[in-house]
Amino acid sequence: MWTWFHKLASPPHFYRLAKALSPWFLVPGLALIAYGTFTGLFIAPPDYQQGDAYRIIYVHVPSAYLSQMAYTVMAIAGGIGLIWRMKLSHAVAAAVAPLGAWFTFLSLATGSIWGRPMWGTWWEWGDPRMMSQLILLFLYLGYMALRASIDDTAKADKASAVLALVGVINLVIVRYSVEWWSSLHQGQTILAEGGPAIDAEMLYPLLANILGFALVFGSLLLRRVRTEVLYRERRTRWVREMILSPQGQT
Amino acid sequence: MKDADADLGEDEDRIFLSNMPGLMAGLAASTRRDLVLAWKRPGDVLNPLFFFVMVLILFPLALGPSAEQLQAIGPGVVWVAALLAMLISLNSLFSADYEDGSLEQWLVSPQPLPVLALGKSVAHWMTSGLPLVLLSPLLAATYGLPAKVIVVLLVTLSLGTIILSLLGSIGAALTVGLHRGTALLSLLVLPLAMPVLLLGSNSVSLAAGNETHTAGVWALAAYATAAISLAPYATAAALRISNE
Repeated sequence: MWTWFHKLASPPHFYRLAKALSPWFLVPGLALIAYGTFTGLFIAPPDYQQGDAYRIIYVHVPSAYLSQMAYTVMAIAGGIGLIWRMKLSHAVAAAVAPLGAWFTFLSLATGSIWGRPMWGTWWEWGDPRMMSQLILLFLYLGYMALRASIDDTAKADKASAVLALVGVINLVIVRYSVEWWSSLHQGQTILAEGGPAIDAEMLYPLLANILGFALVFGSLLLRRVRTEVLYRERRTRWVREMILSPQGQT
Repeated sequence: MKDADADLGEDEDRIFLSNMPGLMAGLAASTRRDLVLAWKRPGDVLNPLFFFVMVLILFPLALGPSAEQLQAIGPGVVWVAALLAMLISLNSLFSADYEDGSLEQWLVSPQPLPVLALGKSVAHWMTSGLPLVLLSPLLAATYGLPAKVIVVLLVTLSLGTIILSLLGSIGAALTVGLHRGTALLSLLVLPLAMPVLLLGSNSVSLAAGNETHTAGVWALAAYATAAISLAPYATAAALRISNE
């Protein structure tokens, strides 16, 4: 088991493995998104209360899930990198941050677009989830800014891993404090909580999209990690040999 | 160095260890040192304090002297001003020690680094948090907050500034020695500080509205306890990384 683990951590091996795995994530992911989006937008019935406006959940919910999953990946990868000094793990953390920030932004943007017709406002300060997502976005931005301002890669890896781990604890505190805060200012969040149970015809496309987004995210992540590994290992022999080999890049 | 180490027998090892100051002594020494430094350079302590006062003067100037309005925004404004003043004072937390090399002495000292970092945070709180807390009743009174509310403000600000000192020390340790440290520090610390601000200023607002406000105060107390126990470890880890 450990040899497998060590092999996985070796950059050239991972580089090839990621290339082989990437399409296995991408193709089913795109297929699921195509199914989910089509059924969600055209076949699923309109909501009796929200009409067609609810259909934005087919983008919103998957992005919100992924924004948090990406942070989890980032923190765990950073932690593994700090504890076991696994270089590959730091490359994963570096690669996942912009993806996570993007999905966080996407979930905020779609939430805000949905909020306009539903709540009558682009931005509802009283909604706890909007606030948590916003703080999550700032955490991502801080993480990327810290990484960008340290020139030494090894140092940037470790410093940002510490920040990511501190951020995890902070996110838990944010979650509960924001909930307490919003319960003070009763907002217009009636629709969000305790709405009617979701119909199966609406649910399946949503599940398909969540899974599809996750798979495409995985594929993008693999691609990004490959680029990151290639850049970090640019001075090593295996990269040179690979690039100079007659087949070109493999 | 190596030869000298080899010559030390077990007995000498024991003598060396028994002569080493204990944890509390290390904590006290690191706190005392920073307090003395602050005493010798009072400007570093006073500038954030002036900043705090001036931010609190800006709001009535900008929003007009309506007593009702000032009373309504008072808790939030005092809290935001305190947060910003703490942030300003954090910039210089480790930079001087980094430049003159005393931070490296910390790293090689036999004292555990988290303890020294905690001492630093204690001193930082005493020189920047505590003065803000002591000054805040005066300023809150000019905003027309009643005495009962000011007590809540005092309690939440004391707890909140402790948390901010400790969280800020993590950020300061991560950014020490970086060129763009100042702006980066705010970007790192502010998201971490948001729940503190939210709990603190809303507790004060609730108290001002004669509602139960204890939940927020207890949450802050819990957070402060957790920060005292955990943040020094993160600061120590960050210091080691920054000094590699």
